[in-house]
Amino acid sequence: MSDVLAVAEHRRGELRDVSFELVTAGRALADATDGDLHVAVVGGNTEEFADALNREGVDQLHTVDYGEEFNHDVYVQATEALFGDLDAEFLLLPNSVNGLDYAPAVANKLGLPYVSDAVDLAYDDGLTATREMYGSKVETTIEVAEGPYAVSVRSGEWPAAEGVGDAEVSAFDVDFDEDAIRSDVTGFEEVGAGDVDISEAEFLVSIGRGIEEEENLPLIEALVEATDATLSSSRPIVDNGWLSKNRQVGQSGKQVTPDVYLAIGISGAVQHVAGMKGAETIIAVNTDPDAPIFDIADYGVVGDLFDVVPALIEEFGGDAPDV
Amino acid sequence: MKVLVTVKEVAEVEEDFEISNGEIEETYLEYDLNEWDDYAVEEGVQLQEAGDDVEVVAVTIGPERAEETIRMALAKGADRAIRVWDDALGDAGLLDVEAKADILAAVVEEEDPDIVLSGVQAADDAFGGTGVALAEEVGFEWAAVVNALDTDGVLDDGIASVRRELEGGVEELTDVELPAVLTIQTGINEPRYASLRGIRQAQSKEIAPKTLDDLGLDASVADSALELTDMYEPESESDAQYLEGDAGEQAAQLADVLREKGVVDG
Ligand SMILES: Cc1cc2nc3c(=O)[nH]c(=O)nc-3n(C[C@H](O)[C@H](O)[C@H](O)COP(=O)(O)OP(=O)(O)OC[C@H]3O[C@@H](n4cnc5c(N)ncnc54)[C@H](O)[C@@H]3O)c2cc1C
Repeated sequence: MSDVLAVAEHRRGELRDVSFELVTAGRALADATDGDLHVAVVGGNTEEFADALNREGVDQLHTVDYGEEFNHDVYVQATEALFGDLDAEFLLLPNSVNGLDYAPAVANKLGLPYVSDAVDLAYDDGLTATREMYGSKVETTIEVAEGPYAVSVRSGEWPAAEGVGDAEVSAFDVDFDEDAIRSDVTGFEEVGAGDVDISEAEFLVSIGRGIEEEENLPLIEALVEATDATLSSSRPIVDNGWLSKNRQVGQSGKQVTPDVYLAIGISGAVQHVAGMKGAETIIAVNTDPDAPIFDIADYGVVGDLFDVVPALIEEFGGDAPDV
Repeated sequence: MKVLVTVKEVAEVEEDFEISNGEIEETYLEYDLNEWDDYAVEEGVQLQEAGDDVEVVAVTIGPERAEETIRMALAKGADRAIRVWDDALGDAGLLDVEAKADILAAVVEEEDPDIVLSGVQAADDAFGGTGVALAEEVGFEWAAVVNALDTDGVLDDGIASVRRELEGGVEELTDVELPAVLTIQTGINEPRYASLRGIRQAQSKEIAPKTLDDLGLDASVADSALELTDMYEPESESDAQYLEGDAGEQAAQLADVLREKGVVDG
C-alpha cells in the first residue's frame, strides 16, 4: 500500500484550479497502488480551503496553519515534514510558477527523483511519466524504477475532481525552523493594465515570433485595421518591447475568450495555449505543419505569413504595406 | 562580488525531423544558447556594469561543442567561463535535475559566488528545476521566475529584491537574502548582441575545462533514477480543417471563415 500526498495551491484567498486536478491525478495513483490519497493545504484560510478540497476520492486532508500566502521556505518545510510523517510513496505538486519555486527544492531535500511538468502518469511496478520536450514537438516517456517519487504536474491535463468527499480533516503541526525562512513576500501587483483589454475582444489577431522583426509589425497592424480586430501577441513580442504587456496572451499574460483567435506565426507553446484555448474558433497560420498550435486549431493555414497576410488584407479591401 | 551564471547549450529541432532509438537524429538538431540563459547572462553583465569589482563567471555542463555557446556569454561580457564535462556524463543518457544540481553545487563550492543566475528552464528538456534544486543543495536562498531585480539592493545591501511573475498578470514582490540563486524569466531585460569587439575579446578569455574528478565528484553523480525510455512525435489531435491552395486561395477561404463567424463584415 502506497500513499499519495498532493499539495494544494492557493493565492490571495482562493484555491487555484490545479489543486483539484492534483486530486484527480493523485486518486489515480493511489488506486493503482491501493493506497490513500492525502491532500495538504498550507497557509491562508486552511479551514475553508480544506472544506472546498474535500472532494470525492480524498482520504485525508491535512492543514498547516502558517502564514497567509505562499512562501517557498514555509512550503518546503511543511511538505518535507508531512511527507516524512505519512511515509508516503508519491509527492504530487503543481508545475505552476509557485511549484517551480519549491518543488525542485523539496524533491532535492527529500532525495527523491524529480519528474517535472508531467502530462500523464501511470503506475505499474514503477512510475511512468509522460512529458514533452523541444517546445512540445516531441513527447517522451520517463520511467522511474524506484520510489518514493516527486512529480510536478502540468495544469489543465487532468480533470478537476468533483463531488463531495468524506475525508478526515486534521491539523498537522510543523515545528518550523524560523531561521530557515529567509525569503519574504512583501506584496503583489497586477500588471498589464492599459489602453485595451484584450480579454474583452471578440476578434483577436495575435502575432508571434514568426513576425521576425519589429519592422514587420505594420503588416499585422494593417490587417487589424482592415478587419477591425484587436491586436494581441505571444510573449516574445512583449519581451522584445514591440508591444506592451497588456497585449500578451498566455499563462503569465491574459486569458482571452474571443469568438475568433487568429494566431499568426505562433508555435503554440503550452504557456501560450493556456491563455487562448477558450477561444470559440481558433485559426492558425504557420509555416510549420507540425506546429503544436494546429492541434488545437479549428482551421489551419500552412503557409508563410508574409504571403497570406497581405492577401488577406486585400480580401477586406485594405492596403498591405511593404515589409 | 561574484556572479555565477549557469548557461546551457540547447538543441533546437528543425521543422522536419526523425526519431530513431529514442532520440532525434543529430542531423535535425541545431544548437544555441538557451533563451532563458541569455537573459540571465545579461542580468549578470548589468550587475557587473553597475557595481565596482563585480566578476561574472559563466558555467556550463557540456561537451567541447558547448564552448561555442559559452563563448557567446564571454562575448557579451562574462569575465571567464567554466565548462564541466566528463566521459561519464556523455555515457549517462539523461542528466536529470539532481545530477545537474550536484555538479553545479560543486562549482558553487569552488567559486563561492554571492549570487547565481540561471534560466527558468531549458528550452530542450524543460525540466525547470535546476536552479532551485541547486539553491537547496548549497543552502542558498532562491527565487524562481524572476522578471525584475533591484540591482542596487544586490550590490549595496546584500538583498535581492525581486519580482516573480505569477500566472495571470500578477507579480509577487519578494526579498531574499544573499547568497541566492535566481531563476531568470525572459523579458527581465533586453539581452545585448555580442559586439565584434566583444567577440574578439572573448577569444582570449579563459574557458576552464573541468572533469568530475577536478570537482571532487565521481561518475556516480550522473546515475539517475530517471530513464528516458521513449520519444515520439505526439499523435496529432488535430481536427483542424486545412485551407488549401496558394496564399491567395488560402486568404480567400480564410476571409470567408471570418465573415461566416461574423467577426468581420465586408
Ligand atoms: C513560466 C513561463 C511563462 C510563460 N508565459 C507565457 C505567456 O504568457 N504567453 C506566451 O505566449 N508565452 C509564454 N511563455 C513562453 C513560451 O514558452 C514560448 O516561448 C512562447 O509562447 C513562444 O512564442 P511564439 O510561439 O511566438 O514563438 P516560437 O515558439 O518561436 O514560434 C514561432 C512560430 O512561428 C512560425 N513561423 C516562423 N516564420 C513564419 C512565417 N514566415 N510565417 C508563418 N509562421 C512562421 C514557426 O514555425 C513557429 O511555429 C512562458 C514561458 C514560461 C517558462
